[in-house]
Amino acid sequence: MSGGETELLQWARGPGFVLAIAVFVFGVVLRLFEILGLGRQADLSEAREKKRGSGWQTILSRSFNFSVFNPHTALNYIVGYVFHLGLFACILLLIPHIELIRGVLGFGWPGLPTPLVDAIAVVTLLAMLVKLVDRVTSPVKRLLSTWGDYLAWLLTFLPLLSGYLAYHHLLWPYPTMLALHILSAELLLALLPFTRLMHAFTLFFARWYNGEIFSRKGVAS
Amino acid sequence: MADEKTLEQRLRQQGISRRGFMKFCAATASMLALPQSAVPAIAEALGKAKRPSVIWLSFQECTGCTESLTRAHLPTIESLIFDAISLDYHHTLQAAAGQAAEQAREQAMKQFHGSYLVAVDGSVPMKDGGLYSTIAGVSNLEMLRETVEGAAAVIAIGTCASYGGLPHASPNPTGAVSVEELMASGEIETRPLINVPGCPPIPVVISGVLAHYLTFGAIPELDQLKRPKSFYGDSIHDRCYRRTFYDQGKFAETFDDEGARNGWCLYKLGCKGPTTHNACATTKWNGGVSFPIESGHGCLGCSEPDFWDAGGFYQVLSEPTSPLGGAAVGAAAVGAAAGAAVAWQNLKKRDEAREAHEELTVDELEKHS
Amino acid sequence: MAGLEGIEINSEALSGNVAPVLHEISALLKQLLHSGEGGTVDLHSLPLTPDDQRLLRRQLGEGEVAATLDSLGRSEIRETGITGVWWVSHFNANGELMAEFVEVTAIPEILKSDPADIEQALLTIEERLKF
Repeated sequence: MSGGETELLQWARGPGFVLAIAVFVFGVVLRLFEILGLGRQADLSEAREKKRGSGWQTILSRSFNFSVFNPHTALNYIVGYVFHLGLFACILLLIPHIELIRGVLGFGWPGLPTPLVDAIAVVTLLAMLVKLVDRVTSPVKRLLSTWGDYLAWLLTFLPLLSGYLAYHHLLWPYPTMLALHILSAELLLALLPFTRLMHAFTLFFARWYNGEIFSRKGVAS
Repeated sequence: MADEKTLEQRLRQQGISRRGFMKFCAATASMLALPQSAVPAIAEALGKAKRPSVIWLSFQECTGCTESLTRAHLPTIESLIFDAISLDYHHTLQAAAGQAAEQAREQAMKQFHGSYLVAVDGSVPMKDGGLYSTIAGVSNLEMLRETVEGAAAVIAIGTCASYGGLPHASPNPTGAVSVEELMASGEIETRPLINVPGCPPIPVVISGVLAHYLTFGAIPELDQLKRPKSFYGDSIHDRCYRRTFYDQGKFAETFDDEGARNGWCLYKLGCKGPTTHNACATTKWNGGVSFPIESGHGCLGCSEPDFWDAGGFYQVLSEPTSPLGGAAVGAAAVGAAAGAAVAWQNLKKRDEAREAHEELTVDELEKHS
Repeated sequence: MAGLEGIEINSEALSGNVAPVLHEISALLKQLLHSGEGGTVDLHSLPLTPDDQRLLRRQLGEGEVAATLDSLGRSEIRETGITGVWWVSHFNANGELMAEFVEVTAIPEILKSDPADIEQALLTIEERLKF
């Protein structure tokens, strides 16, 4: 067949997508069962405060923790926010992505004009590069980093980069680049549950648990 | 039959002035996406062009390509270009039939061996010895093989000849293949090949390829799917006058809403313009009147391989083409089962650890150390 | 095209591509003035909406000269309200538009009589003088 690129695109849009979603759902459910199945020992002590909802409050409060004025951590926080928010905007506010979600889940929401998302993508890509350089050059971060961290970075970076290249018709013809973009996103989906990217789910449990436990433990001040 | 008169001589014979010829050259340059500064050179080359012999073979096709071509009425660029070639065999259009028709083909093949062009529309069936399509008792493959052997170049006209097209659509009951596949597998001789896909191709594109051949005496520059770049170099989306609305986020949500009336982007209505390479947005159809998007309907992607199998025509391009439901539910069930098994294992391990736990008093600890 | 003049331009259906075309025409006009060499804008391949085209026509306006050529169908060669800018439309015998250009020149080349045609004409008139 003369259209290798077309076949690639069709595989990515059809069987590839089904496979990626299947692995993703399987993996996420497996990991959630595994993690939640571990349970926690019942805390028999009396709670410090009778206040409820402390866990939920912590989920929120830790999402808006601005330590930007501390020069040692400013970079981490600012670039971290820029990258995460940019990533959300690129994934959830680009109209073709919303149409994909509408196609799968049956509902959608308004998107942003494409050039705006394009600008956000550039900023996000730069933020990710800053993060990588920081990870490699900072001795402490380098020591703490495992190959899993670099894998997670790469899995996130590739869909962004390929999406940007596809939109601007760079490197390869658009259908080829679009196929690679979809495939890279499918790779991200399939590997998400088995890498550090699982934090997209677990961070909420962790924050909720920390909030709950801290409201019970310790001495009231 | 091909003769020795040049195109300009032939036009003059028909009473067409130099102005008419220059007008024709200006339109040809525009059609070939060449700058108007190239008109004198085109006039020079086209003026001297001789009529090549063309043998047109129709295989598993619907005659839509020929229909498209003959929609052009006299005298248009298309018909002039077709005046400039000698169509020696085309079993739908020629007056001769049966034995006489086949003789015309054989005579042209002999007389112009090595210099004639072969135009093919339709795909070639390979299953069951090719019995699904035969002409004069000869299988399509056999006829193509003997005709291509003495050809200077082959033009695959339409999506069927270029990629297999509709006959090739899943489950491909006749084992339909394209001309390119036959060359690649060695079933027919390899000759310079130009794919002119489209269902049907734009008439001006068919004649444009011939005009290019007449003007430059060579096949045009091709893309990776062997399509002439001058017509298939850009995607519909990139040359679409509605592109600006895509960028602004202005879309028609249904075929009769405010956005549709304003002529906004049809992406959400399934337009395949972004992945389709063709000249519809610039050359347009029906003598430049309009093209599907201008008429309010998205592009179907008919000039791309396997467009019949590329999901629904009204499905958004970014939507997956296969249904997900079953796979997702199944994966969730398997994931839950596996997760439960792992969790149970972990709990068992914890219980075993608890059981293996030995009480240790301070005295014993001191004894150990 | 005269019938279209009355149609109102829908600003929601404008692509914003008219301004670049006008800029190009203006640059070609400047070049024509300084070097004597103009140029041609091929309208056929530009991404213009129907409203864009009406806007472009309205912006250029109507000039003093309008010529018709009858060869291989009709052609309209009209100077626009911007002197030196010509709107050239080539139709085939069925009145279908084959090609459309904006030419920036003192006089479109196609209006001039061709030497070969003049030569032919000379023979014709000499033939007539024999009677």
